[in-house]
Amino acid sequence: MARMFRRRISRTRRGTYAVRLPAPERELLANLVDQLRELLELTTDDPSVRRLFPTAYHDDAERDREYQQLVRDELLGRRLTALATVEATAEADELDEAQLAGWLTALNDLRLVLGTRLDVSEEQDAIEDDHPDAPAMAVYGYLSVLLTDVVDALAEDLPPPTEPEM
Amino acid sequence: MTGPSPSPVEVDEPVDDTRTDPDAPWIVLVWNDPINLMSYVAFVLQKLFGYPKEKADRLMLQVHSEGRAVVANGPRETCELHVFRLHEHGLWATMQHDT
Repeated sequence: MARMFRRRISRTRRGTYAVRLPAPERELLANLVDQLRELLELTTDDPSVRRLFPTAYHDDAERDREYQQLVRDELLGRRLTALATVEATAEADELDEAQLAGWLTALNDLRLVLGTRLDVSEEQDAIEDDHPDAPAMAVYGYLSVLLTDVVDALAEDLPPPTEPEM
Repeated sequence: MTGPSPSPVEVDEPVDDTRTDPDAPWIVLVWNDPINLMSYVAFVLQKLFGYPKEKADRLMLQVHSEGRAVVANGPRETCELHVFRLHEHGLWATMQHDT
């Protein structure tokens, strides 16, 4: 099936990734990334970012505390690194695989935080244009489109499967 | 946002010595959430576990339709690393004894 719109992110013959984003979209992205970085540097306990640091053990609070102590800083560090990658490359027309992996993480983190704030559900009804959440919902939709392009581009370069059928 | 809640099976489970059995295998579960894109979840399962696309898609659809799926199993340390990698990618993963 032909795509109706040209992909914003696509693999090049050189093995890099071409980024075709108009300036306003790049500004939006840099702005969102900056906001999330500031929030994460302030706290990892805000309800809207709690989704970035999930529970590992449902049925064992003590083990979960140990897990959180063990990984919290590492998880935070990797998220901040991804955000820094997007900030540094927001104007770039071409990314390498490691940089695009940073975009993948940052875009998904932004969706998780925004989706949590908007309390999105799977049976999401379209909201009216004059709804107070309409602008944020539009940004959420935009991030979904962009993330899909990143996933499609990176999926082309996955190494051959190593695990046989279970 | 709705999150996973402990199943009744776990709640009713008596505290027994299986919890301290070092050889008891652990399982890693991925739970459904309304935010992560289906294509993203399948991609992460391919990337982290080296699963063929068909298997990653099947597991992703199981998460979507049944609310959760077992995506890996093994010793505790291995499973904890899997959970960490899944958390790094924003997936809702937990681990527990395979009972």
